[in-house]
Amino acid sequence: MAKFAKKKSGDLPAVNTASLPDIVFMLLFFFMVATTMRETTLKIQNNLPTANQIEKLDKKDLIMYVYAGKPSPRYQSTYGTEAKIQLNDKLADVNDIPGFIYEERATKREELLPLLTTALKVDGDTNMGLVSDIKQELRDVDALKINYVTKNGNAVEANN
Amino acid sequence: MAKRDAPEVNAGSMADIAFLLLIFFLVTTTIETDSGISRKLPPKLDDNQPPPPVIKERNLFVVSVNANDDLLVEDETMDLKDLRAAAVKFLDNGAGTGDEACNYCQGSKDESSSVNPTKAIISLVNNRGTSYKRYISVQNELVAAYNELRDRESMKVYNMAFTEMESIYNDPGTSEKDKDNLRPRLERIREMYPEKLSEAEPKSSN
Repeated sequence: MAKFAKKKSGDLPAVNTASLPDIVFMLLFFFMVATTMRETTLKIQNNLPTANQIEKLDKKDLIMYVYAGKPSPRYQSTYGTEAKIQLNDKLADVNDIPGFIYEERATKREELLPLLTTALKVDGDTNMGLVSDIKQELRDVDALKINYVTKNGNAVEANN
Repeated sequence: MAKRDAPEVNAGSMADIAFLLLIFFLVTTTIETDSGISRKLPPKLDDNQPPPPVIKERNLFVVSVNANDDLLVEDETMDLKDLRAAAVKFLDNGAGTGDEACNYCQGSKDESSSVNPTKAIISLVNNRGTSYKRYISVQNELVAAYNELRDRESMKVYNMAFTEMESIYNDPGTSEKDKDNLRPRLERIREMYPEKLSEAEPKSSN
């Protein structure tokens, strides 16, 4: 009766994990395709306001980002709690904006210059004084196309 | 000679490597695309520029925001939620006659309000102490008022909302042929309700 010999009991067969890498690779590729690299580390708080009459910003290479807001808690001992501007990776002053714009323009091809847009990522609690100083500087260097980056949602309910 | 089996490569740690890569990408990337309200700043003022034309009081819709984020619209306080309707009412008034008549306006033709959407100007004055999110929501409501009227006219003429046509036009995937089709339509609607939103430099005091 050898054909019907019982298997040894109590010995669970190992689960086959050979396809696990395939699954994880699939996830990995999804994230690689669907996301973009984070380019700057924010040193300021950046809780964007909400609006719903918005347009998408395409062509990422033609956008210059200007961030503004209160310094993050761990930088507050160095920079204080007053709202600050961040250009690329460092905190800056309003006077540094023209230089930043010229620097950005120098890296772009000449025919693309009129398409350059300045995206303002400003914290919702910032005072308009700082924002209009930024706008004044941008006017001075003829960077007239701007975009107030916002979250998508009902403006009346979310900003009250 | 006995056939020797090639030893199987142990792929057990492959999953670990893949997980490591996956976590790296999860941490260093963001999924969002940016979107927001697009504006165009006025060019730098020239010293020998001719003085601006005189604007009649009735064609001007003044919205001011103070340092406490309160709204003052045409000398009356107003809640943010009523701003859109008030702006639509002002823009769509169309009380003009003769050359200034507006044959597509559906407003109440109030004598003390704007004569024609092409003449109507919204002026936004804010204080240096106004919060940015209040400024954005006021901007948003005013843009919404323009979009509402443009959508209405666009639905009448082309059976398609203006905002929809605009987003198709701005989509990089749209072919040049479709864009050429859309451009005159967008321009025509923009001419009917031109976005005349002027911003004064903020006041520093209350």
